[in-house]
Amino acid sequence: MDFPTALVLNAIIAGLLLGGLYAAMSVGVSISFGMLDVVNIAHPGFIILGSYIAYIVNARLGFDPIAVGIVVSPLFFALGMALYRVYYLCFERRGQESLRGLAFFFGILFITEVALILVFGVDYRMVSAAYQDTTMRLGPVDFPMRLVVPFLVAMAMVIGVEIFLTRTFFGRAVLAVAQDSLALRLMGVDTLRVKEFAFALSIATAGMAGVLLVVIQPVQPAIGREYIGLVFAVCVLGGMGSIRGTLVGALILGLAESFTATFAGPSWAPAVSFGILLGTLAFKPSGLFGR
Amino acid sequence: MSNRAFALVVFAAAAGIIAASRLVTNDYYFSAAYTVLQFVILATAWNILGGYAGYVNFGSAAFFAVGAYSSVFLYRWVHAPLPVMIVTGTLVAGLLGFGVGYLTLRLRGVFFAIATLALAVVLFTCVVNWDYVGGSRGAYILQPKDLPFGLKRYIHVLFGAMVLMAGVALVVARTIETSAIGRGLAAIRDDELAAECAGVPTLRLKILAASVSGALMGMAGTTFPYYLSYVEPSAAFNLSYAVNSIAMPLIGGMMSWMGPLLGALLLGTVQQVVQVTVSSEWNLLIVGVLLVAFVTLAPNGIMGWVDKWKRRRK
Repeated sequence: MDFPTALVLNAIIAGLLLGGLYAAMSVGVSISFGMLDVVNIAHPGFIILGSYIAYIVNARLGFDPIAVGIVVSPLFFALGMALYRVYYLCFERRGQESLRGLAFFFGILFITEVALILVFGVDYRMVSAAYQDTTMRLGPVDFPMRLVVPFLVAMAMVIGVEIFLTRTFFGRAVLAVAQDSLALRLMGVDTLRVKEFAFALSIATAGMAGVLLVVIQPVQPAIGREYIGLVFAVCVLGGMGSIRGTLVGALILGLAESFTATFAGPSWAPAVSFGILLGTLAFKPSGLFGR
Repeated sequence: MSNRAFALVVFAAAAGIIAASRLVTNDYYFSAAYTVLQFVILATAWNILGGYAGYVNFGSAAFFAVGAYSSVFLYRWVHAPLPVMIVTGTLVAGLLGFGVGYLTLRLRGVFFAIATLALAVVLFTCVVNWDYVGGSRGAYILQPKDLPFGLKRYIHVLFGAMVLMAGVALVVARTIETSAIGRGLAAIRDDELAAECAGVPTLRLKILAASVSGALMGMAGTTFPYYLSYVEPSAAFNLSYAVNSIAMPLIGGMMSWMGPLLGALLLGTVQQVVQVTVSSEWNLLIVGVLLVAFVTLAPNGIMGWVDKWKRRRK
């Protein structure tokens, strides 16, 4: 059997482009789960919420979905702040975050999903944008703009978050909270405010990731839960709290899924991310770039 | 009350309920009660690992579906009778629980919870791609024509089986709770490291709790194919099983066997009523809202209120 070069090349490109989206989806979990120890299992719920906001504005007013995403990200930021306030008051302060905090976010995920179903039904929704139907060709390899544009936006967002965290004063404060929250408190820092900001940032990235998702593929409310495994797999695979690790993990996962879909059929694709997650948890829990 | 006396009371009550049900003529009530009882089992089983030992299992649906699909497999293979299906499904789900118990060796807290969720999706994908049990199209299961004990409809048989299975689940849960195993699990929940240092065989207890919990969840699923006559993966792996089996113990209270029972009876009945009077989407929304409300406002559930009230009276 001759080696299907074009097929493999296309699978690699599609996988890398998909990996960009996964990085955008997971960077928020990397902040909330990896750095703040807040197990925001509802993260995919906010991603889907972002998709639906982009869908409504796009369908009603015809604005470009990515522009919509940038405009509404302050809303997601505020939502994240409010959510963290509730979480802190009800769970973190009482030391009950493990079991009840988890159940809390699970409930939030469920509520967003069912509420979206109640309003929009279970139909798949999509957006239209000018670049969606064009495809660039380089020899045998396709570069569909539908994937390239979200990939570029995702990269900009992830790299922006990384620069913010490592180069700015406030960003370094977030890293410091991740490292040793108690020591920071003893130095007189209001760690609550830092954590609130960081959590809000993570929810804002979720909204943006949702916009990118709906540009790439049609979205319906219940697909959110399929991404729980994915975002946590990326986060764990890359190493907790490492943005660089998240990026690498996302690209690996994108490639793995793309190859499975190409060579074993798309119905096996969901098992890949969860399989990688289970494997990482069982054999190398610290991940690739773990602290 | 000793555990033997408790078992006697539970099974006497079960027999009473089954006998009294002969007076009910509307078949809808059997179907509704079947669903509520199924949730009693799921909630009680979840609580053995989640409430007693503090390990959150998001994969209840996976165990339920394993029970259901082992029945489908037996049906296609040899047309096995119902009791064989129940026992087999329970054992297979128990084996899965055994494996999950080993996961706790390396995974604590959140990582364990996410791993169980991952497990559910991996199993779901496997079942979708397994054509023998119907794959993504689902499988039809015909209810047997000849009914035992002179019953009129098959739902009566299923209801009776469900009452007995719920009794088994309650007795098992209470036996574990009041024995040394329960105290060991409570020690693990409060501080696993300290328990280990004090000589509690933590791994053995966790594996035991995970196996029993998984087996009981699987048991609840074994009669599911006959109940619907049609099984498809997204029905058997429905996320609402996972949410309900977490929400019910949390709402009822997780410290004793009574909590999940109360939570399941209450929430299960409310859901049945809402499903009939409003719609099934609203009933899921109510579960989610109640879960969030209880977990934020009444962290110890209904039993927490009862305890507080008792203490005040003393």
